[in-house]
Amino acid sequence: MITKRIIPCLDVKNGRVVKGVNFEGLNDVSSPIELAEYYTKSGADELVFYDITASAEGRGLFTDILKETASRVFIPLTVGGGINSLEDFDRVLKCGADKVSVNSGAIRNPELIREAALRYGSQCVVLSVDVKRVDGEFRVFGRGGRDDTGMEAISWIKKCVDLGAGEIVVNSIDTDGVKGGFDLEMLQAVCDVVKVPVIASGGAGKKEDFTELFNALPGVDAGLAASIFHFGEVDIRDLKKDLRENGILVR
Amino acid sequence: MIAVIDYGVGNLFSLCRSLEAIGQEPVVTGDPEMLRKADKLFLPGVGAFADAREKLRQSGLEEVIKEEVAKGKPIMGICLGMQLLFEESQEFGTWEGLGLIPGKVVTMEGVIPAHYKVPHIGWNQLHFPEGDRHPLLKTVEEGDCVYFVHTFYATECDDAVIATAEYGAELTAAVAKGNVMGCQFHPEKSGDVGLSILRTFCEGDW
Repeated sequence: MITKRIIPCLDVKNGRVVKGVNFEGLNDVSSPIELAEYYTKSGADELVFYDITASAEGRGLFTDILKETASRVFIPLTVGGGINSLEDFDRVLKCGADKVSVNSGAIRNPELIREAALRYGSQCVVLSVDVKRVDGEFRVFGRGGRDDTGMEAISWIKKCVDLGAGEIVVNSIDTDGVKGGFDLEMLQAVCDVVKVPVIASGGAGKKEDFTELFNALPGVDAGLAASIFHFGEVDIRDLKKDLRENGILVR
Repeated sequence: MIAVIDYGVGNLFSLCRSLEAIGQEPVVTGDPEMLRKADKLFLPGVGAFADAREKLRQSGLEEVIKEEVAKGKPIMGICLGMQLLFEESQEFGTWEGLGLIPGKVVTMEGVIPAHYKVPHIGWNQLHFPEGDRHPLLKTVEEGDCVYFVHTFYATECDDAVIATAEYGAELTAAVAKGNVMGCQFHPEKSGDVGLSILRTFCEGDW
């Protein structure tokens, strides 16, 4: 049986891992390479690297860090942040990334998803979307959660899957950093319309939040979080033990 | 010397780094002479079967691979590389494979229940057929997880199947026939379990 995945996310800025509450007030946490190795040993199923400032400042990723991590860590790596072109896909894939996550780049140019899926396969193309409730609807936010695009999120996600996105990371801005649990309502709405893997992000504060997530929404394939793992509030080994005891299959 | 066959398909970075991590010094090469000199071969690959098949042919490596395998040289195919070992693939048409293992490659759509997501992506458990465990998997326990990303799978190859994964149907996960071996999953992305399989292949006497 396929297992539910636990994915620590490493938001990288200037070569360090940072995590903000609701995307503001960033704090330095640790070295991405050290964290990646630590998580792999702890049982993380996959790692996500986001260069969170790249889309705003137009900077490329620190590919040296990616290469170094991919040389030491042998689990799937997803890279996002500042991915605007096929050249950006190429650059990070050559450094050992297995999947590439697009967010603002796809908002600016949705065709990027189709082109990348044709060249590298859908399994390689992850749509990451920052979603916030505005005026009673789910709204897509761009540029690291700063700009309201005015687009309705569920139809945007559906469109991106039709274009070739092979996996969706749904990050709820409403629950991000609040640590009150995942945004089950938003995730359910996404699961209802797509058949590709859905990764829940934003809101995990304790182990029980993951149990609740996988029990409530069988369509969710993975749970992603950052600060609770970085600060040791949740240990991945303990988390997986808990999930197993609750009848959820994990590696 | 371990050679990773470079025929212009897929990303060889992770496979090479994982082989280095287990103490090997892999050579990435599309040079027939190097493949002849190598002790063991890896046939990697991601993407479309027909495209990969065409590149193997055009590069002239198909004949080299067949000759070396016929002489007894061990080869391990990974993901699409494993699928290429078979006689035929029905991925968007019907294509002839290397024919090193009897069987064919077909889509899992229509075979697995409709509510299962396709591709089959993620960590899935390995199960072993009844009988003796194949030596390639001597370090692996029943139920150990490895990382899969695929839509097509090998079938009609029962004699060669050494491990399966359950995904609404029993999918071929690893195969072996003499000196020809293959994994549908990615050992280079399957943590310690994957590295141990790579080590067994590299250090084994096949």
